[in-house]
Amino acid sequence: MTAIVDIRDLQKTYASGHVALAGVTLAITEGEILALLGPNGAGKTTLISAVCGLVRPTGGRVTVGGHDIVTDWRAARALVGLVPQEIALEPFESVAKTVAMSRGLFGKRRDDALLERVLNSLSLWDKRDAQIKELSGGMKRRVLIAKALAHEPRVLFLDEPTAGVDVELRRGMWDVVADLKSRGTTIILTTHYIEEAEAIADRVGVIDKGRLLLIEEKSALMARMGRKELRIALRAPLTAVPGRLAGRVTLADGGTTLVYGYDTRADRTGITTLLADLSAEGIVLRDLSTRQSSLEEIFLGLLAAGQASTASTATTATAATGGTA
Amino acid sequence: MNWPAVSAIYQQEMSRFRRTILQSFVSPVLSTSLYFVVFGTAIGSRIPTIEGVSYGAFIVPGLIMLSVMTQSLSNASFAIYFPKFVGSVYEVLSAPVGVVEIVLGYVGAAATKSLFIGAVILATATLFVDLTIAHPAAMVAFLVLTCVAFALMGFIIGLWAGNFEQLQLIPLLIVTPLIFLGGAFYSISMLPPFWQWVSLFNPVVWLISGFRWSFFGTADVPVAASLVAIALFLAVCLGFVWWIFRTGWRLRA
Repeated sequence: MTAIVDIRDLQKTYASGHVALAGVTLAITEGEILALLGPNGAGKTTLISAVCGLVRPTGGRVTVGGHDIVTDWRAARALVGLVPQEIALEPFESVAKTVAMSRGLFGKRRDDALLERVLNSLSLWDKRDAQIKELSGGMKRRVLIAKALAHEPRVLFLDEPTAGVDVELRRGMWDVVADLKSRGTTIILTTHYIEEAEAIADRVGVIDKGRLLLIEEKSALMARMGRKELRIALRAPLTAVPGRLAGRVTLADGGTTLVYGYDTRADRTGITTLLADLSAEGIVLRDLSTRQSSLEEIFLGLLAAGQASTASTATTATAATGGTA
Repeated sequence: MNWPAVSAIYQQEMSRFRRTILQSFVSPVLSTSLYFVVFGTAIGSRIPTIEGVSYGAFIVPGLIMLSVMTQSLSNASFAIYFPKFVGSVYEVLSAPVGVVEIVLGYVGAAATKSLFIGAVILATATLFVDLTIAHPAAMVAFLVLTCVAFALMGFIIGLWAGNFEQLQLIPLLIVTPLIFLGGAFYSISMLPPFWQWVSLFNPVVWLISGFRWSFFGTADVPVAASLVAIALFLAVCLGFVWWIFRTGWRLRA
């Protein structure tokens, strides 16, 4: 499948010396929903801004629909819609006018039917003549989406669309995204909320410190999440894993707990056999509990691993410098 | 060339103008009337004719220039500063819109507004004094060029300004004095020779002089020089705007 957005080794170092993007390579498939997860300052917004032309990259190459964003910027930008993180709207303009203005900016002729459809899909049609300043925060956010959709973009970037939005509105936003996907729009969204990525994304990318740490099908991630842990608290502590159980369980908490890992979606989890073996060994149980690893844990694990590798690189570098000195 | 974008920006700016139409219309009519009452009638009646023109009529081109220059500056600087301030400029910067479209839209709208105000002042003036325009085509040309040049300058100020105070700084401290000392209300020939010479360094003198020539056929400086001055001014502003968009100065990170 061809990539609608192809990002190759994209770099951005600000004049201050701050490295916001340290070489990101990412191919986005037409029609997919990609969620970019990452902590604050990870480079998510810089990545989006660079693709949309708001930030000038200091290295690398990006194409949208095959058009280079630097040499063929008009064609590239015409395909892209952007919903920024901050609410940035002219307060005195009316809803309908500001959305119609967006369409014009992207070189398209006025289309009242489309305007009505877009405003309806975002429950803004009743407010079409209202001034922006009269709207609630959630409505303003929807106006930003309407503006981004006014020129029928093939690729839509949503920068934290549900930050600071209540639960009901968040679900409404997900419905809008699902509807857009069904019409073939490619969607890239950044988010803090792992449940958001879980709910709507086809693929999930994790960014930290300007690097893409992982990009994976959500289903593959979910498979990793499918791992569960059975923790068995014992009446009397053990000094070693009994022979019959060796290799299957590990001892924890000073020998008072046995830990057994298994895949919830496997046909046979092995729990029945394990319990039978425990009983055969004459081990008396005090309590049982299970724990599921979440996307959040995977995410935090990745960030920690990323930091550890950065730290070790730094140590190696220092050692090397020390060696030469 | 993205013409729908030019039209979109232009329409947005004109709708901003229409929202404040009363202020846009009433304010120049009122201030012009006041100038005529004070300068034209009360003081002007004691001032002899200047180069064969009554003082009331003499100040008409100066008054129009004063308003057109300040209005062009403030309209254009606000037009681009405000989207920067509220953040909505992101849309123009991420759209397939180049510097030519942006300038045509914003500067075109700002120049249109000040042209309108110039016309209102001219119409108001005819209620107070007898006016015959010697060179109507030249008059329109000077007026349009001045509107465009000052709107361009205002656009640059709006791009440069980091806050509302800076937005007012250059118009207030530099441009307004230059306009008042540029012969809006007097002829340079009325000044002592030294100050006449100093005045020639004020670019506004050349613009007002040319405009006044189109009304009365007399000027402080040669008309051709006035034309060159305004063309130069336009070229410098255009060059600067082009440089701003090429480098992304104060616009793109």
